[in-house]
Amino acid sequence: MNAEQSEINNALSLQQEQGVKQFLTFIMADEEYGVDILTVQEIRSWEEITELPNSPDFVKGVINLRGTIVPIIDLRLRFGLPSVEYGSLTVVIVVKVEFEQGSKIMGIAVDAVSDVYSIAEQDAKAVPSLSESNSCEYVAGLVNVGEKMVALIDLQKTMNI
Amino acid sequence: MSIDLSQFFEVFFEESFEGLDTMEAELLNLVPGEEDLETINTIFRAAHSIKGGSGTFGFTSVADFTHVLETLLDQIRQGERELSTEHVNLLLKAVDCLRGLLAALQSEQEPDLNEANALRLQFEQVLEINNDAEASVQLADAKDTGSNTYQIDFKPHQHLFKTGNEPLFMISELAELGELETHVFYDEVPDITELSSDECFLHWRFFLNTAKDEKAINEVFEWVEDDADISIELCGGLFTDDLQSNTVNQSAVSEECTSKNEESSTTQPTPAPVKPKAQSNDKKPTTTPESTSIRVGIDKVDSLINMVGELVITQAMLNQLSEQEITPATITSLQEGLAQLAHNTRDLQENVMRIRMLPINFVFSRFPRLVRDIAQKLNKQVELKLLGEQTELDKTVMEKISDPMVHLVRNSLDHGLETVEQRVAAGKDPVGTVTLNAFHQGGNIVIEIMDDGQGLNTKKIREKAIANELITADSILSDEEVNELIFMPGFSTMDEVSDLSGRGVGMDVVKRNIQSLNGSVEVTSAPGVGSTFTIRLPLTLAILDGQLVKVAKHTYIIPLISIVESLQIDITKVSRVGKNLDVLRLRDEYIPILRLYDIFNHQNAIESLDKTLLVVVETDNQKVGLLVDDLLSQQQVVIKSLEANYHKVDGVSGATILGDGRVSLIVDISGLIKLSGLKKPGSQDLIIDQHIAVEA
Repeated sequence: MNAEQSEINNALSLQQEQGVKQFLTFIMADEEYGVDILTVQEIRSWEEITELPNSPDFVKGVINLRGTIVPIIDLRLRFGLPSVEYGSLTVVIVVKVEFEQGSKIMGIAVDAVSDVYSIAEQDAKAVPSLSESNSCEYVAGLVNVGEKMVALIDLQKTMNI
Repeated sequence: MSIDLSQFFEVFFEESFEGLDTMEAELLNLVPGEEDLETINTIFRAAHSIKGGSGTFGFTSVADFTHVLETLLDQIRQGERELSTEHVNLLLKAVDCLRGLLAALQSEQEPDLNEANALRLQFEQVLEINNDAEASVQLADAKDTGSNTYQIDFKPHQHLFKTGNEPLFMISELAELGELETHVFYDEVPDITELSSDECFLHWRFFLNTAKDEKAINEVFEWVEDDADISIELCGGLFTDDLQSNTVNQSAVSEECTSKNEESSTTQPTPAPVKPKAQSNDKKPTTTPESTSIRVGIDKVDSLINMVGELVITQAMLNQLSEQEITPATITSLQEGLAQLAHNTRDLQENVMRIRMLPINFVFSRFPRLVRDIAQKLNKQVELKLLGEQTELDKTVMEKISDPMVHLVRNSLDHGLETVEQRVAAGKDPVGTVTLNAFHQGGNIVIEIMDDGQGLNTKKIREKAIANELITADSILSDEEVNELIFMPGFSTMDEVSDLSGRGVGMDVVKRNIQSLNGSVEVTSAPGVGSTFTIRLPLTLAILDGQLVKVAKHTYIIPLISIVESLQIDITKVSRVGKNLDVLRLRDEYIPILRLYDIFNHQNAIESLDKTLLVVVETDNQKVGLLVDDLLSQQQVVIKSLEANYHKVDGVSGATILGDGRVSLIVDISGLIKLSGLKKPGSQDLIIDQHIAVEA
């Protein structure tokens, strides 16, 4: 088991050396977005939520995550996409976001989770800045995975609320 | 030497600071001329432990410094010296100095030894005065017995052990000759990998005060003469400059040398690890890390273990029941079991909270010193009375309350109490009294700071408030309302800004600090009789008794402590003021009605006043009614922070998790009032507009 562990560790460190990171991707409005898998704490199904008074519309409220109060952000609304009814596929990805003041545990509600890809960071291309859409500022880069395009999300910016 | 002592540093510092606190408290109890031997013993013991500890951990600067005050204390203890106020002052200064040294060491900075050295000189002078006074007798004694002090340097060669010699035996033999002080040097001890257990790497320096002559000492070392470097010298003025180091070691023995040879103090090289520089003039700000450990009485831990034991038994019982078939009989015992479980949990919770509770004495104990110093500075005579010192309070609350309290006490001394002449002129006892009192009241702890001074000068406060445009000249305010103004930002009645208070940032900061702890502060005052500041604080920040209320489909929690009453609204007594504020006439008061659904922007709530309930709450002497759909249960809730993963939400002080796992928000009453735009009666806007505006 230890040998296995070290193999995995080696593989991981090798990947890191080459700037390869694993990204968890999810679907929103038929587009695929990715977050660094190391920030992901867990994936939960949509559950009842306690609204926060007078908060921006994309802050859906807070949930009880084993005794910790965790805010949930609707990423569709955050990105200015039309909102949808939450269904059985709707998931909450709980992420740990590093801020200057320390790390915070927050949840993002998305349409569905998709896949895990290994992506070399240098493959990411800058976002064309001509778009007026406010979702652009939250995207750190774009990468091609096969035929698909994945938008890598800048969590610090997205979750800085 | 391979043991890493640093793991014990924190404990040492904690104990030392505690020791210093004890010393300080006891020193303040000392009255010269009628000193209690037990008090002096307590101080001596505290000093002694600090010296011992710091010596062990290699903090020689502290150990050496503590040694001189220990010597003085010892002489007082032995009755060789009369205690004087000067001594107490000097010892208090020494306590401060030690605290500084330890704080510097704790934050791993070089301690500033200038003050310590200066103080030590003072101590030495004091010790010498004594020697002059009683010297003749003592010196005569010394001469009678022909007692001499020798400095013996003993440096065995590495192969000493192989010759079958044991230094320990020689040391005990030396000790038999007279009074022996031993210093060991371990700077030559190699790394653990090279350490060989049959080689000697240590060397020693002894100070021996003995009536015997050098020959006797030589005899001790007779067997090792060829295996060690030994030098035996008569002590006093024998040290060359290259031996001089910054740290002066004042040993019990070497003082005798000093007394004979006034100018030359016995110096000795500082042994290894900590080598403080005397010339470190750059004072770095010392940041003391917030203490993170709690000392818990063993009885508290024992009772916890008992509780857990009971909990386990109850759980086993319930487990057993769950395996049986469900019959009406089992249901009854199941209910009983659950009731017991609830009881156990509650007990356990209370006991766990008790661990965090400390007697308020921890805060009070700093005041005798503070009051003494300030009173001296202001040239006022003050007696400090402490009441209810054993009242227990949550540790976190305690840490945060101490600064506001210091401020209030300073204010009482500076503004409240009159000078001796003024007091005599007013026919009062020339000695003013400041009383600190703490007691429990309901779920709150109440701390009172009372003085018997001149009271608040309502007229002056009013003038100042008008000058600062806090109120208008034609405002009609009661005396209480005027007194409340001192808590407004930017308010100070002191014409001259003094060192102690009067900078105008005080009272509002005090108030804000206390409010951040969910507490309140108020002042009552009578001209010429004195003023009383009353601080009310929740016992703990972790748990609160809450009233669950329903607003639309949401459940909110209102702290029970702030609820005055809950009632159905008598619609005939409601009148509309201004644009959209309803006011309920309740007995002799007008209660503004705040619609929670409106302030929190919730849809689908019941809006008509006669179908809803009004929860009347009070904060800062201001009553408001919160309109809710329904009252649910009351329960204790554990407060969880929203800020940890999100940020502050206006009108909400925190969140909690209900029995069904849902999150519920705790209403922050004063935040809510602010959010609603309601102005406090007495403030300027209200007076000018003559109506209350609601913004939201």
